[in-house]
Amino acid sequence: MLICEDLELRYDDFSLRADLRFATGAITALIGPSGAGKSTLLAAIAGFLTPASGRVSWASADITAQSPAGRPISMLFQDNNLFPHLTIAQNVGLGLRPGLRLSASQMSHVNVVLESVGLAGMGTRKPAALSGGQQSRAALARVLLADRPLVLLDEPFAALGPSLKAEMLDLVKQRLTDQGRSVIMVTHDPDDAKRIADAVAVVADGVVTDPVPTAALFDNPPPVLAAYLGK
Amino acid sequence: MQKPIYLPVVAGLALCATSTLAETPVLQVLTYDSFVSDWGPGPAIETAFEAECACDLEFVGSSDGAALLARIQLEGPRTEFDVVLGLDTNLTAAARETGLFAPHGVTADLDLPIAWDDAEFLPFDWGYFAFVGNADAEAAVSLRNLATGDLKIVIQDPRSSTPGLGLLMWVKEAYPDEAADIWAELSDNIVTVTPGWSEAYGMFLDGEADAVLSYTTSPAYHLIAEEDASKVAWPFEEGHYMQVEVAAKLASTDQPELADQFMAFIVSEGFQSIIPTTNWMYPAVTPQAGLPDGFETLVTPAVSLLKSPEDAAAIRAEALEEWRNALSQ
Amino acid sequence: MAQRAVSISPRWPGVLSGALVLALTLGTLAAVALRADLTTGLGAADWAAIRFTVVQALLSALISVVLAIPVARALARRRFWGRQALITLLGAPFLLPVIVAVVGLIAVFGRNGILNYILIWAGIEPVSIYGFHGVILAHVFFNLPLAVRFILQGWLAIPSERFRLAASLNVPIGRVLEVPMLRAVVPSTFLVIFLICLTSFAVALTLGRGPKSTTVELAIYQALRFDFDLGRAAMLACIQFGLCAVAAVIAWRVTGVDAMGAGFDRTVTRWDMRRPFWDYLAIALAALFLLIPLTMVMLRGLPGLLEMPSSVWLAAMRSVLVAIGSATLCCTMSIALGLLGGRAVAVVGVLPLAASGLVVGTGAFLIVYPFVSPSDVALVITMLVNATLALPFVLRAIGPAIVAVHEDFGRLGASVGLTRWAWLRIVVLPRIRRPLGFGAGLSAALSMGDLGVIALFAGKAEETLPLAMHRLMGAYRMDAAAGAAVILLGISLLIFWICDHWGRSDVDL
Repeated sequence: MLICEDLELRYDDFSLRADLRFATGAITALIGPSGAGKSTLLAAIAGFLTPASGRVSWASADITAQSPAGRPISMLFQDNNLFPHLTIAQNVGLGLRPGLRLSASQMSHVNVVLESVGLAGMGTRKPAALSGGQQSRAALARVLLADRPLVLLDEPFAALGPSLKAEMLDLVKQRLTDQGRSVIMVTHDPDDAKRIADAVAVVADGVVTDPVPTAALFDNPPPVLAAYLGK
Repeated sequence: MQKPIYLPVVAGLALCATSTLAETPVLQVLTYDSFVSDWGPGPAIETAFEAECACDLEFVGSSDGAALLARIQLEGPRTEFDVVLGLDTNLTAAARETGLFAPHGVTADLDLPIAWDDAEFLPFDWGYFAFVGNADAEAAVSLRNLATGDLKIVIQDPRSSTPGLGLLMWVKEAYPDEAADIWAELSDNIVTVTPGWSEAYGMFLDGEADAVLSYTTSPAYHLIAEEDASKVAWPFEEGHYMQVEVAAKLASTDQPELADQFMAFIVSEGFQSIIPTTNWMYPAVTPQAGLPDGFETLVTPAVSLLKSPEDAAAIRAEALEEWRNALSQ
Repeated sequence: MAQRAVSISPRWPGVLSGALVLALTLGTLAAVALRADLTTGLGAADWAAIRFTVVQALLSALISVVLAIPVARALARRRFWGRQALITLLGAPFLLPVIVAVVGLIAVFGRNGILNYILIWAGIEPVSIYGFHGVILAHVFFNLPLAVRFILQGWLAIPSERFRLAASLNVPIGRVLEVPMLRAVVPSTFLVIFLICLTSFAVALTLGRGPKSTTVELAIYQALRFDFDLGRAAMLACIQFGLCAVAAVIAWRVTGVDAMGAGFDRTVTRWDMRRPFWDYLAIALAALFLLIPLTMVMLRGLPGLLEMPSSVWLAAMRSVLVAIGSATLCCTMSIALGLLGGRAVAVVGVLPLAASGLVVGTGAFLIVYPFVSPSDVALVITMLVNATLALPFVLRAIGPAIVAVHEDFGRLGASVGLTRWAWLRIVVLPRIRRPLGFGAGLSAALSMGDLGVIALFAGKAEETLPLAMHRLMGAYRMDAAAGAAVILLGISLLIFWICDHWGRSDVDL
């Protein structure tokens, strides 16, 4: 279980308090207006931001001081999820081993994962030769291969069209929860949350609410969410 | 004779490579760049001296005459050099003042147009500054004539070149009280002022000017080495300023006998016979066979001008100031 | 809240490189100053020299940059046969030793040059290159290539995605993409050229018609060589650093932020390709201006090739080795400094431009002299000094690229857990390959042509190609020297082309 304990994030005149738990093996969506701090919270969990106070822990271990790579976390960013000068196989292989020298068995592992996201035979191409949807799949393949229990998604599919995005979300649910991984995803679109999230936490007015089961939340939205949803 | 060989691969690593060979004593002579070039006197003199000294003569080239003195001053009494070769009379006063040089003890019958008596600085060659132009073209007959006419010349900067400084002294010696006026008059004749002799001479050969400040002996190079008689020095009525190039032994030398032997060698046949057709200057002592064919065609000035080293040093700042003001108008 | 530094690179190589640069610039200056006696103040002539130096440097930099913009734009927009070769050739004047380039300029613009032949033939009054305008002309000739390359890099760094976006939104590309890029690139380009011209010496003197065109660097030369007044030399060098500091602060003030973001490395496809005539005109004029003098150097030198003594080839080999050594060192130091980043690095990165080559050489001499014989370390010192003097150009080329890699991929790298070495090897080096190839070629070629330091240190056994050329000239062998100049020009261009080509050979499609 990932726990944010009295976590306080601050810079300039922005501040965000988070004190909540994310269920293991579930998909939790962070929803809220732009600028509310969804991505900031994700960055703090991933280790790119040092919190002003409080702690982040995973499986009862405090990981607040750990480096991003030292955390049990894989992350997909809004963009730049692939190195443009490396092939798809090399990019995906980075999830397995942070260097480029892969053994034959590791290479075949890469190919298996590529196949599982529908990119069979595309390993030798460079990202620029792939479509947007294929690039997202390649990034996802890297996360699948990295075998870390917690996956953070910072709206990596925002630039895709509606049907491609839905396809990718389904793929996330199917592949990642299959393997029992926990997912925290940022979204500003309630439909994304409704589509795959088990629970939703609302980020607004400098506070993060506790996660609530998705259906229950949207059936009876709290005032901040209602305001955001325009209801 | 073997020279230290710097293998390309170790060149970068040879931080502390030593340039002395065991047993053979080494005489290190600091001189100017063109002296050590393949076409300069350096290689032949090295061979000639090593044939009689059982030593290793090593020439180190460092830019031009003025740079030599600066280098010795930088190194001070700790210098490894034994002899400096290539200063001229414009520099000897400053050189003497450093106290770094020792008497040479050589008595020789010098063939200079002027009397020479200097305990420390021994002439090895000399020449007259002159404007060198094309044989078939119009020539100036005097400094004043040049200044009032409209022939174009390239000269060197007295602040960075020995010929440049030579011309400064020439004008000052010929016209002690009118130097500033002469320079002002010359101003429109000067195409440009170059940092060194090479640039100026190259520009003249490329046709940028009617004449260039060089030496009366320069046409000898073209005549003898290139069989080209088209270059002549312009004889000037005021007379020509001289350059006397000298060598001196450093007081701090660790090879005093060898250095003395070299100083004596400088005014000997072996050294002097090499000078005319490599350094293109007059030898300080005329070789037994006389000057090479071709030298007899050179201009021989009726009047030789030369300031004593002390006078040259004393007047330099003032002359420079006149020059700068006149040409900055 | 602290933005946790994605600290992927170790700091010590950068700190070490910075220390070396400081030692060779300010350290050598201190070494000279410490040997000096009390010094007198500045005279009227010194003030005139300072004024002239600043004015000519400002004008030279301004004209170079202004002329470079249309040329760089045209080269960024047009594809034609021989474009890459042309870009390489256009860089040549910057790589040449002054003495060689001046010969080429005079062959075109001199009293006896091509231009005047044409003018006289056409019945027009001939022009003279000598004077203030000649100094500016020569400086523009030297530095226009550099300005074109820097600005061209800026243009090519705009991701094609942005051009596509701008085209689809139908917004003016000039205002939204090109002007911000120029605001980011032009001030530092201007600064670099200003500083190069600030320390000019031989060009100003040779073409400047005499003492009116006295630069501070010439005054330093005079102080060191003729007067042996180390105090005066040190003081004048301090003035150069002072001018550099003022110029650097002003340049940084007006520098815009380059926030282009990462693209997917597609070759730039442009959507605003109307009016090709003006583009080709700009390219043709620049090519004529830069290449005719070079051609003259070649033509002038070809007959001399046969007259060169064999020692010239040995000197050429030595020069190539020194060039490779100093380019390697220079690139390593630049990468280390680039990874370190920050304002301090920016300061260190321009210091060598303001350093007087003569003071650096003299100071280095004073520093090593107590320990070793200067001619024994001539080549090593030359390598070190050349690496340092070329560092500003290389850092200028790769610094922004390294920053961009950090900004675009720093989090991804940290997230997948790349080690410091893997980050450098897998991500940084491939992504800065283009500017790195350019920088390596530039530093190697600059080192090939350098005559500054070696002249002070070298004996016969350490003769480099420029030195050999100079010695030939001093011995009346103007033709052989011209031949050596052709070799020098050829080798410099070849080394530059090899490195630059390596940098471009792996552009992803």
